[in-house]
Amino acid sequence: MGFIKKLFGGRAAAVQQLPTGTITVDRDGHIVTSTVSSVFPKKLLHDIGRDVLELFREARVAQMPLAEVSLHFGSLHITARELRGGAIIFLFPQTALMPTPTLSRL
Amino acid sequence: MEKRNKILILDDDTDWLALCRDWFAELPSKPEILTANSAKRALALLETESVRLLISDLKMPRIDGLQMLAIVRRQFPDVRTIVLSGLEDEEYRSRAYALGVDLFWLKMEMQQNARLFNECVESLLGQTDREHDTGFRGIQSKSLMDIIQMECLSRSSSVLRITRGPLVAKLWIQEGELIDAEAEGARGETAFQRLLAWKTGTFENLPAEPDHPRAIHKPVNALLLESAHTMDEAADPNVAPEIAASNEHRKTMWKLSQLTREGAEFVIVVPTAGQGQPEALGTQNFSALAKWTSRAADIARRLGDRLEAGPLSHVAGQNLERQVLMLPRGDRAFLVGWPTDVTENVPEKSRKLVASWDS
Repeated sequence: MGFIKKLFGGRAAAVQQLPTGTITVDRDGHIVTSTVSSVFPKKLLHDIGRDVLELFREARVAQMPLAEVSLHFGSLHITARELRGGAIIFLFPQTALMPTPTLSRL
Repeated sequence: MEKRNKILILDDDTDWLALCRDWFAELPSKPEILTANSAKRALALLETESVRLLISDLKMPRIDGLQMLAIVRRQFPDVRTIVLSGLEDEEYRSRAYALGVDLFWLKMEMQQNARLFNECVESLLGQTDREHDTGFRGIQSKSLMDIIQMECLSRSSSVLRITRGPLVAKLWIQEGELIDAEAEGARGETAFQRLLAWKTGTFENLPAEPDHPRAIHKPVNALLLESAHTMDEAADPNVAPEIAASNEHRKTMWKLSQLTREGAEFVIVVPTAGQGQPEALGTQNFSALAKWTSRAADIARRLGDRLEAGPLSHVAGQNLERQVLMLPRGDRAFLVGWPTDVTENVPEKSRKLVASWDS
């Protein structure tokens, strides 16, 4: 019975949510574990992991190996710690009601 | 009987509301105090009461302070507004002023500078009275030189607080004479000259400080003339090479002093559009770091666009030896290196350094 809905239902308008949670990626950028909602596109999570690893890799090339990197956007903070070639990545969406970030939480 | 001004205080913290009620009731003009613990309640009060001044928090459930101020600005343009917040982020101050707020104070500062804060509130209540008769608001489009000249010509006494992004400067004017200036860590005439190089910013008038010690003895017109002369020289493409070199040297020395004063290790400036050479101070071997800066700016910008996460504020990195902050600014990216023992407000300090870089 559900196939008519599938044919004519269409897609509801939606706004892309920001990811919340933690992911770990191996040295090749594959996601090993994730607590981010399964609704969030896997492709974007993979992109986050890949870009973070690239930041660590480029820093090593620049003779400035980093143990931790954080990216601060207007509405999302991404903090990543290096884990033997891979990384653990924390994703915190920010709103006007969130507390001000401080260095200890970089 | 003299009509009492009404102040409406909006905050979701009822203990804070009680404290504020007692605080403002003690003001010399003895205003009538109204309180609301939600934006909805505050809007209802604004509809029914002739409120002169709204003092609002930012962090509140449902309708936050910024949304509330946007509504008040639109629906009650005659109501003066003060933001009293615990949020120290400069972004909130900018957003609040962008919404037309008259004053932005941190709750902590309000308690530390109680006298100054009370004078600001009284001055704002007085201003509201005067505005009902005559006067203008919003002369922000005037240049700083114009504003200073206007203040001096009117023989007034006040403190001008000028804000440009994370940078804050002050000018003390006493009976039409400029007596002191403070900007970018400098004081007196040097600060005044630095300040005049600012092209944009916002200003607010604070109550006069008659006991402030005098550090500037030249007349303001002489200082303005000197400054205009220096700026003309700097802008002249036909200036003699030795003068140009001297100007460049002075600029470099200024940047180095800024770096040392803030406690940073180095600054690298990289054009992100790929035009021009990277510039560095405080480090010799910077080409690899410049490459990382450029790469980090690219990666972060691309990721931010894909995630729809808003504008990039900064990228921070750290290891056991140092911490670095990459800040995008226009078509350039800045990398600021800090020792690991600098722990307080590193993003804010980096922003200040970057903002004063070109001035």
